[in-house]
Amino acid sequence: MIDKTIASAADGVSDIFDGSTVMIGGFGEAGSPIELIHALIDHGASGLTVVNNNTGSGHVGLAALIETGNVRKMICSYPRTANSMVFPDLYRSGKIELELVPQGSLAERIRAGGAGIPAFYTQTSVGTVLSEGKEEREFDGKTFVMERGLKADFALVKCRCADRFGNLLFNKTARNFNPIMCTAANITIAQTEQIVELGGIDPEHVVTPGIFVDRVLLLENPAQESKLVAEGITYP
Amino acid sequence: MNPQGWTREQMAQRAALDIPDGSYVNLGIGIPEMVVQFVPEGREFIYQTENGLLGMGPDPQPGHEDPDLINAGKKPVTAIPGAAFFHHADSFVMIRGGHIDICVLGAMQVSASGDLANWSTGASDAIPAVGGAMDLVAGVKTIFVITQHQTKNGEPKIVEHCTCPLTGKGVVDRIFTNLAVIDVTSEGLAVRDLAPGISFDYVQERTPVSLKLDIKK
Repeated sequence: MIDKTIASAADGVSDIFDGSTVMIGGFGEAGSPIELIHALIDHGASGLTVVNNNTGSGHVGLAALIETGNVRKMICSYPRTANSMVFPDLYRSGKIELELVPQGSLAERIRAGGAGIPAFYTQTSVGTVLSEGKEEREFDGKTFVMERGLKADFALVKCRCADRFGNLLFNKTARNFNPIMCTAANITIAQTEQIVELGGIDPEHVVTPGIFVDRVLLLENPAQESKLVAEGITYP
Repeated sequence: MNPQGWTREQMAQRAALDIPDGSYVNLGIGIPEMVVQFVPEGREFIYQTENGLLGMGPDPQPGHEDPDLINAGKKPVTAIPGAAFFHHADSFVMIRGGHIDICVLGAMQVSASGDLANWSTGASDAIPAVGGAMDLVAGVKTIFVITQHQTKNGEPKIVEHCTCPLTGKGVVDRIFTNLAVIDVTSEGLAVRDLAPGISFDYVQERTPVSLKLDIKK
Protein backbone atom coordinates (compact mmCIF):
# COMPACT_ATOMS: atom_id res chain seq x y z
CA MET A 1 0.00 0.00 0.00
CA ILE A 2 1.22 3.43 -0.85
CA ASP A 3 0.96 5.82 2.06
CA LYS A 4 3.18 8.87 1.92
CA THR A 5 1.88 10.40 5.12
CA ILE A 6 4.42 10.87 7.91
CA ALA A 7 3.97 11.45 11.62
CA SER A 8 6.10 14.50 12.29
CA ALA A 9 8.03 17.34 10.69
CA ALA A 10 11.18 15.88 12.23
CA ASP A 11 10.57 12.61 10.34
CA GLY A 12 10.16 14.60 7.16
CA VAL A 13 13.57 16.25 7.23
CA SER A 14 15.62 13.62 9.12
CA ASP A 15 17.70 12.56 6.07
CA ILE A 16 18.59 16.06 4.84
CA PHE A 17 22.36 15.83 4.77
CA ASP A 18 25.16 18.38 5.09
CA GLY A 19 25.76 20.15 1.79
CA SER A 20 22.27 19.39 0.40
CA THR A 21 20.51 21.63 -2.07
CA VAL A 22 17.05 22.35 -0.65
CA MET A 23 14.28 24.07 -2.57
CA ILE A 24 11.83 25.82 -0.25
CA GLY A 25 8.46 26.89 -1.65
CA GLY A 26 6.77 30.20 -1.02
CA PHE A 27 6.70 33.78 -2.21
CA GLY A 28 7.29 35.78 0.92
CA GLU A 29 5.15 34.08 3.55
CA ALA A 30 2.53 32.83 1.08
CA GLY A 31 3.12 29.12 0.62
CA SER A 32 6.16 29.01 2.92
CA PRO A 33 6.38 25.65 4.76
CA ILE A 34 7.37 27.27 8.03
CA GLU A 35 7.00 24.17 10.26
CA LEU A 36 9.18 22.06 7.95
CA ILE A 37 11.79 24.86 7.89
CA HIS A 38 11.79 24.94 11.69
CA ALA A 39 12.22 21.15 11.75
CA LEU A 40 15.21 21.55 9.43
CA ILE A 41 16.69 24.10 11.85
CA ASP A 42 16.29 21.57 14.68
CA HIS A 43 17.77 18.83 12.49
CA GLY A 44 20.84 20.99 11.95
CA ALA A 45 22.19 20.03 8.51
CA SER A 46 24.89 22.49 7.49
CA GLY A 47 26.45 23.85 4.30
CA LEU A 48 23.06 24.01 2.61
CA THR A 49 22.27 25.61 -0.72
CA VAL A 50 18.73 26.98 -0.50
CA VAL A 51 16.53 27.93 -3.45
CA ASN A 52 13.71 30.35 -2.66
CA ASN A 53 12.47 33.56 -4.27
CA ASN A 54 13.35 35.60 -1.16
CA THR A 55 15.38 35.36 2.03
CA GLY A 56 12.63 35.39 4.64
CA SER A 57 11.58 38.01 7.15
CA GLY A 58 12.10 38.64 10.83
CA HIS A 59 13.74 35.80 12.74
CA VAL A 60 11.44 32.88 11.89
CA GLY A 61 11.10 30.46 8.99
CA LEU A 62 13.60 30.89 6.17
CA ALA A 63 15.25 33.89 7.83
CA ALA A 64 15.81 31.83 10.99
CA LEU A 65 17.32 29.00 8.92
CA ILE A 66 19.70 31.49 7.31
CA GLU A 67 20.49 32.96 10.74
CA THR A 68 21.76 29.59 12.00
CA GLY A 69 24.69 29.89 9.61
CA ASN A 70 23.80 26.55 8.06
CA VAL A 71 22.99 28.09 4.68
CA ARG A 72 26.13 28.43 2.58
CA LYS A 73 24.41 29.84 -0.48
CA MET A 74 21.06 31.34 -1.51
CA ILE A 75 19.73 31.08 -5.04
CA CYS A 76 16.97 33.68 -5.35
CA SER A 77 15.55 36.61 -7.30
CA TYR A 78 14.70 39.09 -4.56
CA PRO A 79 16.74 38.79 -1.36
CA ARG A 80 15.53 42.14 0.01
CA THR A 81 12.17 42.72 1.66
CA ALA A 82 10.77 45.16 4.18
CA ASN A 83 11.38 42.81 7.12
CA SER A 84 14.49 41.02 5.92
CA MET A 85 16.94 41.59 8.76
CA VAL A 86 19.11 38.50 8.64
CA PHE A 87 20.34 38.12 5.07
CA PRO A 88 21.64 41.67 4.38
CA ASP A 89 24.14 41.61 7.27
CA LEU A 90 25.41 38.11 6.46
CA TYR A 91 25.73 39.02 2.79
CA ARG A 92 27.59 42.28 3.43
CA SER A 93 30.01 40.52 5.75
CA GLY A 94 30.67 37.82 3.14
CA LYS A 95 29.23 35.01 5.25
CA ILE A 96 26.69 33.85 2.68
CA GLU A 97 26.89 33.45 -1.06
CA LEU A 98 24.17 34.80 -3.35
CA GLU A 99 23.28 33.63 -6.83
CA LEU A 100 20.86 36.28 -8.11
CA VAL A 101 18.52 34.98 -10.81
CA PRO A 102 15.68 36.81 -12.57
CA GLN A 103 12.41 35.49 -11.17
CA GLY A 104 11.20 33.97 -14.44
CA SER A 105 14.58 32.41 -15.13
CA LEU A 106 14.52 30.96 -11.62
CA ALA A 107 11.07 29.45 -12.19
CA GLU A 108 12.05 28.08 -15.60
CA ARG A 109 15.34 26.70 -14.27
CA ILE A 110 13.36 24.77 -11.65
CA ARG A 111 10.79 23.62 -14.23
CA ALA A 112 13.59 22.52 -16.57
CA GLY A 113 15.38 20.69 -13.75
CA GLY A 114 12.18 18.78 -13.01
CA ALA A 115 11.70 17.98 -16.70
CA GLY A 116 15.21 16.61 -17.21
CA ILE A 117 16.27 19.59 -19.32
CA PRO A 118 19.86 20.55 -18.45
CA ALA A 119 19.80 24.03 -20.01
CA PHE A 120 17.71 26.38 -22.13
CA TYR A 121 17.97 29.78 -23.80
CA THR A 122 16.05 32.91 -22.81
CA GLN A 123 16.07 36.60 -23.73
CA THR A 124 15.74 37.56 -20.07
CA SER A 125 18.84 39.38 -18.76
CA VAL A 126 20.52 39.73 -22.17
CA GLY A 127 22.64 42.89 -22.14
CA THR A 128 22.65 43.13 -18.33
CA VAL A 129 25.15 42.27 -15.62
CA LEU A 130 23.18 39.10 -14.83
CA SER A 131 24.08 37.55 -18.20
CA GLU A 132 27.81 38.19 -17.82
CA GLY A 133 29.85 35.01 -18.23
CA LYS A 134 26.90 33.05 -19.61
CA GLU A 135 26.84 31.53 -23.07
CA GLU A 136 24.87 33.57 -25.63
CA ARG A 137 23.39 32.40 -28.90
CA GLU A 138 21.45 33.92 -31.76
CA PHE A 139 18.08 32.47 -32.76
CA ASP A 140 15.96 34.10 -35.47
CA GLY A 141 18.05 37.26 -35.32
CA LYS A 142 17.72 37.74 -31.55
CA THR A 143 20.22 37.15 -28.76
CA PHE A 144 19.48 34.63 -26.03
CA VAL A 145 21.40 33.63 -22.93
CA MET A 146 21.81 30.07 -21.69
CA GLU A 147 20.46 29.20 -18.26
CA ARG A 148 20.96 25.86 -16.53
CA GLY A 149 18.19 23.66 -15.23
CA LEU A 150 18.11 23.48 -11.44
CA LYS A 151 17.62 20.34 -9.36
CA ALA A 152 17.61 19.76 -5.64
CA ASP A 153 18.15 16.96 -3.19
CA PHE A 154 15.06 17.97 -1.23
CA ALA A 155 12.05 20.25 -1.62
CA LEU A 156 10.00 21.56 1.29
CA VAL A 157 6.57 22.74 0.17
CA LYS A 158 3.25 23.84 1.65
CA CYS A 159 -0.18 23.01 0.33
CA ARG A 160 -3.83 23.19 1.36
CA CYS A 161 -4.98 19.64 0.67
CA ALA A 162 -3.37 16.27 -0.05
CA ASP A 163 -4.12 12.55 -0.16
CA ARG A 164 -1.98 9.54 0.76
CA PHE A 165 -0.75 9.22 -2.85
CA GLY A 166 0.73 12.72 -2.55
CA ASN A 167 -1.69 14.49 -4.89
CA LEU A 168 -1.70 18.16 -3.90
CA LEU A 169 -3.97 21.21 -4.07
CA PHE A 170 -2.71 24.67 -3.18
CA ASN A 171 -4.32 27.87 -1.94
CA LYS A 172 -4.56 30.96 -4.17
CA THR A 173 -1.21 32.74 -4.70
CA ALA A 174 0.40 30.47 -2.08
CA ARG A 175 0.84 28.03 -4.99
CA ASN A 176 3.73 30.04 -6.53
CA PHE A 177 6.97 27.98 -6.65
CA ASN A 178 5.62 24.96 -4.75
CA PRO A 179 4.39 22.77 -7.64
CA ILE A 180 7.51 23.18 -9.77
CA MET A 181 9.81 22.54 -6.81
CA CYS A 182 7.99 19.23 -6.23
CA THR A 183 9.12 18.15 -9.71
CA ALA A 184 12.75 19.24 -9.37
CA ALA A 185 13.74 17.58 -6.09
CA ASN A 186 14.88 14.06 -5.45
CA ILE A 187 12.74 13.96 -2.30
CA THR A 188 9.75 16.27 -1.83
CA ILE A 189 8.21 16.81 1.60
CA ALA A 190 4.82 18.54 1.64
CA GLN A 191 3.06 19.99 4.65
CA THR A 192 -0.70 20.17 4.18
CA GLU A 193 -3.59 21.67 6.11
CA GLN A 194 -5.85 18.76 5.20
CA ILE A 195 -5.58 15.12 4.14
CA VAL A 196 -8.52 13.61 2.28
CA GLU A 197 -9.38 10.05 1.22
CA LEU A 198 -8.27 8.91 -2.22
CA GLY A 199 -10.73 10.36 -4.68
CA GLY A 200 -11.43 13.27 -2.38
CA ILE A 201 -9.53 15.45 -4.80
CA ASP A 202 -11.20 15.44 -8.22
CA PRO A 203 -8.58 14.11 -10.67
CA GLU A 204 -9.42 17.07 -12.92
CA HIS A 205 -8.40 19.42 -10.12
CA VAL A 206 -5.13 17.86 -8.99
CA VAL A 207 -2.40 20.51 -9.28
CA THR A 208 0.61 18.40 -8.35
CA PRO A 209 0.24 14.69 -9.16
CA GLY A 210 1.50 12.42 -6.41
CA ILE A 211 4.40 11.04 -8.44
CA PHE A 212 6.27 14.28 -7.61
CA VAL A 213 5.71 14.00 -3.85
CA ASP A 214 7.40 11.63 -1.39
CA ARG A 215 6.19 12.62 2.07
CA VAL A 216 3.01 14.28 3.28
CA LEU A 217 2.73 15.84 6.72
CA LEU A 218 -0.61 16.96 8.14
CA LEU A 219 -0.32 20.36 9.81
CA GLU A 220 -3.83 21.64 10.29
CA ASN A 221 -3.05 25.08 11.67
CA PRO A 222 0.26 26.28 10.26
CA ALA A 223 1.81 29.38 11.75
CA GLN A 224 1.47 32.63 9.83
CA GLU A 225 4.92 34.09 9.33
CA SER A 226 3.86 37.74 9.37
CA LYS A 227 2.07 37.25 12.70
CA LEU A 228 5.18 35.67 14.25
CA VAL A 229 7.28 38.55 12.91
CA ALA A 230 4.82 41.14 14.25
CA GLU A 231 4.93 39.44 17.66
CA GLY A 232 8.73 39.60 17.62
CA ILE A 233 9.08 35.81 17.84
CA THR A 234 12.43 34.26 17.05
CA TYR A 235 13.12 30.62 16.23
CA PRO A 236 14.38 28.48 17.85
CA MET B 1 7.08 79.97 -12.37
CA ASN B 2 8.13 76.36 -12.42
CA PRO B 3 5.19 74.22 -13.56
CA GLN B 4 5.13 70.63 -12.34
CA GLY B 5 2.84 69.20 -15.01
CA TRP B 6 0.83 66.09 -14.21
CA THR B 7 0.48 64.71 -10.67
CA ARG B 8 1.29 61.05 -9.93
CA GLU B 9 -2.40 60.18 -10.30
CA GLN B 10 -2.67 62.10 -13.57
CA MET B 11 0.40 60.29 -14.95
CA ALA B 12 -1.26 56.95 -14.17
CA GLN B 13 -4.50 58.20 -15.70
CA ARG B 14 -2.68 59.35 -18.84
CA ALA B 15 -1.01 55.94 -19.19
CA ALA B 16 -4.33 54.13 -18.71
CA LEU B 17 -5.74 56.10 -21.67
CA ASP B 18 -3.20 54.40 -23.94
CA ILE B 19 -4.11 50.83 -22.89
CA PRO B 20 -6.52 49.24 -25.39
CA ASP B 21 -9.72 47.51 -24.28
CA GLY B 22 -9.22 43.83 -23.49
CA SER B 23 -5.51 44.11 -22.70
CA TYR B 24 -3.70 41.73 -20.37
CA VAL B 25 -1.64 44.06 -18.20
CA ASN B 26 1.13 43.66 -15.63
CA LEU B 27 1.70 46.64 -13.34
CA GLY B 28 4.94 47.40 -11.52
CA ILE B 29 5.19 48.74 -7.99
CA GLY B 30 4.63 52.46 -7.26
CA ILE B 31 2.86 54.86 -9.63
CA PRO B 32 2.09 52.02 -12.10
CA GLU B 33 -0.15 50.42 -9.45
CA MET B 34 -2.41 53.50 -9.66
CA VAL B 35 -3.38 52.65 -13.24
CA VAL B 36 -6.12 50.37 -11.86
CA GLN B 37 -7.95 53.44 -10.55
CA PHE B 38 -8.23 55.01 -14.00
CA VAL B 39 -9.57 52.39 -16.40
CA PRO B 40 -11.32 54.48 -19.09
CA GLU B 41 -15.11 54.13 -19.38
CA GLY B 42 -16.12 51.14 -21.47
CA ARG B 43 -12.78 49.32 -21.29
CA GLU B 44 -11.90 46.13 -19.45
CA PHE B 45 -8.31 45.24 -18.54
CA ILE B 46 -7.17 41.96 -16.97
CA TYR B 47 -4.29 42.36 -14.52
CA GLN B 48 -1.64 39.71 -14.11
CA THR B 49 0.56 39.61 -11.04
CA GLU B 50 3.63 37.47 -11.57
CA ASN B 51 3.38 35.58 -8.30
CA GLY B 52 0.52 33.65 -9.85
CA LEU B 53 -2.81 35.44 -10.43
CA LEU B 54 -4.57 36.52 -13.61
CA GLY B 55 -7.58 38.68 -12.78
CA MET B 56 -6.25 40.67 -9.86
CA GLY B 57 -8.99 42.79 -8.31
CA PRO B 58 -9.04 45.85 -6.06
CA ASP B 59 -7.58 46.04 -2.56
CA PRO B 60 -9.48 43.97 0.02
CA GLN B 61 -11.73 45.65 2.59
CA PRO B 62 -9.94 46.20 5.91
CA GLY B 63 -10.14 42.99 7.94
CA HIS B 64 -10.56 40.83 4.81
CA GLU B 65 -6.88 40.54 3.90
CA ASP B 66 -5.77 36.99 3.07
CA PRO B 67 -2.04 36.23 3.48
CA ASP B 68 -2.36 33.64 0.70
CA LEU B 69 -3.79 36.20 -1.76
CA ILE B 70 -1.12 38.78 -2.49
CA ASN B 71 0.47 40.63 -5.39
CA ALA B 72 4.06 40.71 -6.57
CA GLY B 73 4.77 43.47 -4.03
CA LYS B 74 3.48 41.05 -1.33
CA LYS B 75 0.49 43.30 -0.60
CA PRO B 76 -2.97 41.77 -0.03
CA VAL B 77 -5.21 41.88 -3.11
CA THR B 78 -8.44 40.28 -4.30
CA ALA B 79 -9.30 38.05 -7.25
CA ILE B 80 -12.10 39.04 -9.64
CA PRO B 81 -14.77 36.55 -10.80
CA GLY B 82 -13.10 34.75 -13.70
CA ALA B 83 -9.64 34.92 -12.15
CA ALA B 84 -7.10 32.10 -12.38
CA PHE B 85 -4.29 30.97 -10.10
CA PHE B 86 -1.20 29.22 -11.47
CA HIS B 87 2.34 28.32 -10.50
CA HIS B 88 5.41 30.41 -11.19
CA ALA B 89 6.56 28.61 -14.33
CA ASP B 90 3.14 29.16 -15.96
CA SER B 91 3.16 32.76 -14.78
CA PHE B 92 6.44 33.41 -16.54
CA VAL B 93 5.26 31.50 -19.61
CA MET B 94 2.67 34.29 -19.84
CA ILE B 95 5.35 36.93 -19.39
CA ARG B 96 8.33 35.48 -21.27
CA GLY B 97 6.21 33.86 -23.97
CA GLY B 98 4.81 37.20 -25.12
CA HIS B 99 1.25 36.63 -23.91
CA ILE B 100 1.00 39.77 -21.75
CA ASP B 101 0.10 42.82 -23.85
CA ILE B 102 1.37 45.70 -21.75
CA CYS B 103 3.61 46.11 -18.74
CA VAL B 104 3.76 49.42 -16.90
CA LEU B 105 6.95 49.90 -14.91
CA GLY B 106 8.77 52.53 -12.91
CA ALA B 107 12.27 53.66 -13.86
CA MET B 108 15.48 55.01 -12.45
CA GLN B 109 16.71 55.87 -15.95
CA VAL B 110 15.55 55.41 -19.54
CA SER B 111 17.97 55.92 -22.42
CA ALA B 112 17.35 57.49 -25.81
CA SER B 113 17.36 54.02 -27.35
CA GLY B 114 14.88 52.59 -24.85
CA ASP B 115 17.31 50.96 -22.45
CA LEU B 116 15.74 50.68 -18.99
CA ALA B 117 17.43 50.77 -15.59
CA ASN B 118 15.00 50.14 -12.74
CA TRP B 119 16.36 47.40 -10.47
CA SER B 120 19.60 48.55 -8.90
CA THR B 121 21.46 51.76 -8.25
CA GLY B 122 24.68 49.79 -8.61
CA ALA B 123 25.86 51.02 -5.19
CA SER B 124 28.49 48.64 -3.84
CA ASP B 125 26.73 48.05 -0.50
CA ALA B 126 23.29 47.48 -2.01
CA ILE B 127 21.68 44.05 -1.75
CA PRO B 128 21.04 43.18 -5.39
CA ALA B 129 17.41 42.19 -5.98
CA VAL B 130 15.90 41.86 -9.45
CA GLY B 131 12.59 40.01 -9.11
CA GLY B 132 10.68 39.71 -12.37
CA ALA B 133 11.75 43.02 -13.96
CA MET B 134 14.17 41.51 -16.49
CA ASP B 135 11.62 38.88 -17.51
CA LEU B 136 8.90 41.47 -18.00
CA VAL B 137 10.95 43.76 -20.24
CA ALA B 138 12.25 40.81 -22.26
CA GLY B 139 8.90 39.15 -22.83
CA VAL B 140 5.97 41.55 -22.65
CA LYS B 141 4.87 42.96 -26.02
CA THR B 142 4.71 46.64 -25.05
CA ILE B 143 6.61 48.31 -22.21
CA PHE B 144 5.28 51.55 -20.74
CA VAL B 145 7.33 53.46 -18.19
CA ILE B 146 5.84 55.95 -15.74
CA THR B 147 8.40 58.16 -14.04
CA GLN B 148 9.01 61.67 -12.86
CA HIS B 149 10.84 63.56 -15.59
CA GLN B 150 13.69 64.38 -13.20
CA THR B 151 14.90 63.07 -9.86
CA LYS B 152 14.16 64.98 -6.66
CA ASN B 153 17.59 66.60 -7.07
CA GLY B 154 16.77 67.76 -10.59
CA GLU B 155 18.88 65.12 -12.34
CA PRO B 156 17.48 63.92 -15.65
CA LYS B 157 15.98 60.42 -15.79
CA ILE B 158 15.79 60.35 -19.57
CA VAL B 159 19.43 60.14 -20.61
CA GLU B 160 21.67 59.38 -23.59
CA HIS B 161 23.08 56.30 -21.84
CA CYS B 162 21.99 54.76 -18.54
CA THR B 163 24.62 54.83 -15.79
CA CYS B 164 22.66 52.49 -13.49
CA PRO B 165 22.78 48.73 -14.23
CA LEU B 166 20.38 47.85 -17.05
CA THR B 167 17.17 45.87 -16.73
CA GLY B 168 17.02 45.45 -20.48
CA LYS B 169 18.38 46.97 -23.70
CA GLY B 170 16.07 48.73 -26.15
CA VAL B 171 12.95 47.54 -24.38
CA VAL B 172 10.94 50.69 -23.56
CA ASP B 173 8.20 51.74 -26.00
CA ARG B 174 6.56 54.74 -24.31
CA ILE B 175 7.50 57.00 -21.38
CA PHE B 176 4.90 58.85 -19.32
CA THR B 177 6.48 61.61 -17.24
CA ASN B 178 4.93 64.46 -15.28
CA LEU B 179 5.75 66.70 -18.25
CA ALA B 180 5.14 64.69 -21.40
CA VAL B 181 4.39 61.42 -23.17
CA ILE B 182 7.44 60.35 -25.15
CA ASP B 183 7.79 57.46 -27.59
CA VAL B 184 11.05 55.64 -28.18
CA THR B 185 11.31 55.35 -31.98
CA SER B 186 14.00 54.23 -34.38
CA GLU B 187 14.52 57.94 -35.18
CA GLY B 188 14.90 58.89 -31.51
CA LEU B 189 12.59 60.22 -28.82
CA ALA B 190 9.30 61.68 -30.05
CA VAL B 191 7.07 63.80 -27.80
CA ARG B 192 3.47 62.67 -28.35
CA ASP B 193 1.72 64.72 -25.68
CA LEU B 194 2.48 67.56 -23.28
CA ALA B 195 1.01 68.14 -19.82
CA PRO B 196 -1.24 71.21 -19.56
CA GLY B 197 0.82 74.40 -19.39
CA ILE B 198 4.04 72.61 -20.38
CA SER B 199 5.84 73.69 -23.56
CA PHE B 200 8.02 71.50 -25.74
CA ASP B 201 10.99 73.78 -25.01
CA TYR B 202 10.41 73.37 -21.27
CA VAL B 203 10.60 69.57 -21.66
CA GLN B 204 13.64 69.78 -23.92
CA GLU B 205 15.50 72.00 -21.43
CA ARG B 206 15.07 69.23 -18.83
CA THR B 207 16.11 66.40 -21.16
CA PRO B 208 19.77 65.95 -22.16
CA VAL B 209 18.71 64.10 -25.30
CA SER B 210 17.36 65.70 -28.46
CA LEU B 211 13.57 65.39 -28.63
CA LYS B 212 11.27 65.68 -31.61
CA LEU B 213 7.80 67.22 -31.33
CA ASP B 214 5.38 64.85 -33.04
CA ILE B 215 1.90 65.14 -31.55
CA LYS B 216 -0.71 63.32 -33.60
CA LYS B 217 -4.10 64.76 -32.80
